[in-house]
Amino acid sequence: MNTRKLMSGNRAIAEAVKLSEVNVVSAYPITPQTSIVEYLSEFIARGELAAEFVQAESEFGAMSACIGASSVGARVFTATCSQGLALMHELNYVAAGLRLPIVMAVTNRQLSQPLGMWCDHSDAMGERDSGWMQIYVESCQEAFDTVIQAFKLAETKEVLLPIMVCLDGFILSHTSEPVEIPEQKEIRDFLPAYKPDADYHTLLDVKKPLAAGGGCPPAFTMEFDYKKYEAQEKGRELLRKIDEEFGDAFGRRYGLVEAYKCDDADAILVAMGTIVGTAKDVADKLRSEKGWRVGVLKLRSYRPFPKEEVLKAAFGSKAVAVVSRAISYGLGAPVFSDVATAMSNVPEKPVLLNFIAGMGGRDVDKKGLAAVFEKTIKAAETGKIENEVEWVGLNKNLVGG
Amino acid sequence: MKSTCGDKVLVSGHRACPGCGAILALKHALNALGKNIIVHVATSCMEVSIMGGGVFPKGEYPLTCPSLHTAFETGGAVVSGMDAGLKALGKREGVTLVAIAGDGGTADIGIQTLSGAAERGHDFIYICYDNEAYMNTGNQRSGTTMPFAATTTTPVGQKKRGEQHIQGRLRKDMPAIMAAHGIPYIATASIAYPADLTKKVKKAANIHGPRYIHIHSPCATGWGFPESKTIEIARLAVQTGAWVLFEIENGELTVTQKVAQRKPVEDYLLVQRRFKHITDPEIAQIQELVDKKWKELGLQ
Repeated sequence: MNTRKLMSGNRAIAEAVKLSEVNVVSAYPITPQTSIVEYLSEFIARGELAAEFVQAESEFGAMSACIGASSVGARVFTATCSQGLALMHELNYVAAGLRLPIVMAVTNRQLSQPLGMWCDHSDAMGERDSGWMQIYVESCQEAFDTVIQAFKLAETKEVLLPIMVCLDGFILSHTSEPVEIPEQKEIRDFLPAYKPDADYHTLLDVKKPLAAGGGCPPAFTMEFDYKKYEAQEKGRELLRKIDEEFGDAFGRRYGLVEAYKCDDADAILVAMGTIVGTAKDVADKLRSEKGWRVGVLKLRSYRPFPKEEVLKAAFGSKAVAVVSRAISYGLGAPVFSDVATAMSNVPEKPVLLNFIAGMGGRDVDKKGLAAVFEKTIKAAETGKIENEVEWVGLNKNLVGG
Repeated sequence: MKSTCGDKVLVSGHRACPGCGAILALKHALNALGKNIIVHVATSCMEVSIMGGGVFPKGEYPLTCPSLHTAFETGGAVVSGMDAGLKALGKREGVTLVAIAGDGGTADIGIQTLSGAAERGHDFIYICYDNEAYMNTGNQRSGTTMPFAATTTTPVGQKKRGEQHIQGRLRKDMPAIMAAHGIPYIATASIAYPADLTKKVKKAANIHGPRYIHIHSPCATGWGFPESKTIEIARLAVQTGAWVLFEIENGELTVTQKVAQRKPVEDYLLVQRRFKHITDPEIAQIQELVDKKWKELGLQ
């Protein structure tokens, strides 16, 4: 019997990790990730999860321990965010390069300075090009379901890449929603135990000795890089397939994107994470009150980037606004650049608008998003943009000028 | 890539320099442990020599046990994860986990992960081969570089006299730091005393928990002595008391190689290019530090 319980995003992640029957959890505490590893420690202490928990001496140590555990064949989970994720940076490339299917929850949080513990996506953006896949979730249920999907995808032979499941710090990590939890057996049928083999995987086994991670000359390095690139390309297709299989088994599907009322839309707002829910409400209101044809495109899979889905949703629209919780200093925003890249070879593309919003936990409210839609509708009508980069909710009195 | 199989753990095909002390340290240590080991080699001369550089993908692979390199400062944490992983999978029995690192990878950049692994009580042997500087990058000072030693970042000039960080000690005292963790076994060793080294490694293999072995490994190119003199230099370090061979078992320290007639430390210093600028008062300062350490250890 499935159970339905009210729980926070962090609790949903921990429940999914438990039902994934991980062998090792290694982590280091950081707000707002902490309760994930606290729940997991409790599950282990109560005997509900037969895993080893290593509380490392730093996030750097935590990712190193995850690599060690995964390299001997364990199913491994960790969680972090912000400074902790930045401290892992060097090892994130190592984990991807060694093709270890580690799953990590990232409770997205700003990076210092200024110091703060609130939500934005700067932390995960710093790892964008590490080889890890990144999936951004919108609800607690999706957080739960995505952890299960992530282990299955990461461990698929054609993929073998680590995956970050990104949930907005506090906004989702500490907000409670009803979450449906399947039975252990159902999860096990969908996600069988991880069984790597030294003939194929990075697996350190005294019976089949191999060396991994040693020096590689220029004559071979690019080929390793290519194989990682190819794995992400295949991963895009495999995530679609795994999501379908998940839907067949559990009745919930998410796709690589969710295109909400995009079919007839003149203006589309693109976002990731919890902004999406608010944007859908605003779109509905604007459709009914003002008659604007507006839609919302949620990017769920960010790496691999859902190129086809983005083009399909944006096709026929006149303006696309990308609302990012991250900045690329000296240019604009990483998500905007990615959407623009996806459209780079499309002859008749919509006008693209670049909005930066919600930095350091600044609320992205209905009023702010309505203003985004208004500017986007205007751009759809005129074919022009007012500013190269728009800052949503910026207090101009504080920045002068 | 697959390793070739033989009876020994470290076989031919390595890329160490002629006269390398560190490769001897690993040869003695790994062959004493046997093949049921998994090693993590931190970025270092030895990583490049036995796992990297020109080795891939020619198949002339000098390690016959499973081996992993991740990064420079990760050794303690990676073996912690391996320990947890094997335990969780029910495969922990009969496998010895070994973390190998140089002095920089141990005393400087890797001390945090080593300390964490030791404090948590993971089951592993840590081998530090100490050539007293970052030799893989061309001889820069580390926490174990001796006072007045010239390295490329502690050169001798009008204003500097080589390594200047003299704080009442010969070098950062890693064995003492590990002893402060209360781990069951700590030993120092030297490539000039292979029987002593091998005995300590074998003893460590039969103990559970964190074990730390620090092997003094002279570097011909970095220290500046002829390639044929590596063992002699290593022996002189012990005979002058600049390196002391001991073990600490459950907190109890035993000197394993007693030196009856301690030679003056200048006998060790003056045969190395890194000390060629050294003056008599500077030698006297080092001698004082050697004497102090001996006194601490209850030696003459």
